[in-house]
Amino acid sequence: MSKNWSTFFSGVRITSPLILGVAPFGLIFGAICVTTGVPEWGAIGFSTIVFAGASQLVVNQLMAEHASMAVIILTGLVINMRMFMYSASLAPHWTGLHPIKKGLLAYMLTDQAYAMSIARYNEPDGDTINKPLFYFGSAITMWGCFNITTVLGAYLGAFIPTEWDLGFAIPLTFIAVVVPAIKDRPAALAAAVGGAVALVANDLPYNLGLMAGAVSGIVAGYAAERRQTNG
Amino acid sequence: MVDMNTYWPIVLIMGVGTFVIRFSFILIMDKLTLPDAVHRMLRFIPAAVLTALLVPSVLLHKNGVTSFAGWERLIAALVAVLVAWKTKNILATIGSGMVVMWGLQALL
Repeated sequence: MSKNWSTFFSGVRITSPLILGVAPFGLIFGAICVTTGVPEWGAIGFSTIVFAGASQLVVNQLMAEHASMAVIILTGLVINMRMFMYSASLAPHWTGLHPIKKGLLAYMLTDQAYAMSIARYNEPDGDTINKPLFYFGSAITMWGCFNITTVLGAYLGAFIPTEWDLGFAIPLTFIAVVVPAIKDRPAALAAAVGGAVALVANDLPYNLGLMAGAVSGIVAGYAAERRQTNG
Repeated sequence: MVDMNTYWPIVLIMGVGTFVIRFSFILIMDKLTLPDAVHRMLRFIPAAVLTALLVPSVLLHKNGVTSFAGWERLIAALVAVLVAWKTKNILATIGSGMVVMWGLQALL
């Protein structure tokens, strides 16, 4: 097997344990979407076209509450604005790639594929691998998982008992990828400030609390690092 | 119930908008040099953004109103953080978090 394909499969392999946490996400979205009166293929189309679960759940809820179109779209896009940051973070690793390939990889961008790829790129031998192909393996694993489970959730979702609280698996996937990414004090501060601000700012309109937390955390980490290096 | 007349327009606009967000820097970075400060901020993105996502979703339920989601979730999340820190194992982290949450649910 060529070195390239083994890089692709290592992306698949390293990401596959996250299926345990992302599968419930697809199941829950598919199920909830159908209970709000959307036909099964409508829920499935939503997942394949937008492919951003957190925003899909909120947008679906706002649609069920008959919020105005502008509020619904704005809220959904604000939740997804964090991916501007992922885009900026991945971009230096993919320079020179054909724009169509970049577009395909961008369409599949998720929190999980981003976190797994950046962690791999930052390892000592990270510059020796085919970076886009590693990401592709990671991203397509998440894509397949979320879309297949959306289909299952849409058709079978009514059978999942809500007491199981399967949705809790979603933040657990973030814990699983963020904790190993915190390797020094500035990064720990970035996480602490990000989490605290997002919590306190949770009631901001349009779900702006997430971006408020994200930006404060990044600035806090950067400031702490500057203090460290400047003595 | 969702109004199906606005459903597909919303999904399509969300799809295009989200794609533009994802594609943005990936598309233009070849022609762009980031200021050094921005470059140094990039490394804090995973820690800050993922934690900003996960803390409210562990602690708060949002069924119309925002409320505390319960001690079992908080304790299970703390156990998962500990497991993630000690093992760096994804399956062990998700598995231990779910099992502790279910166990506490049965007890409390």
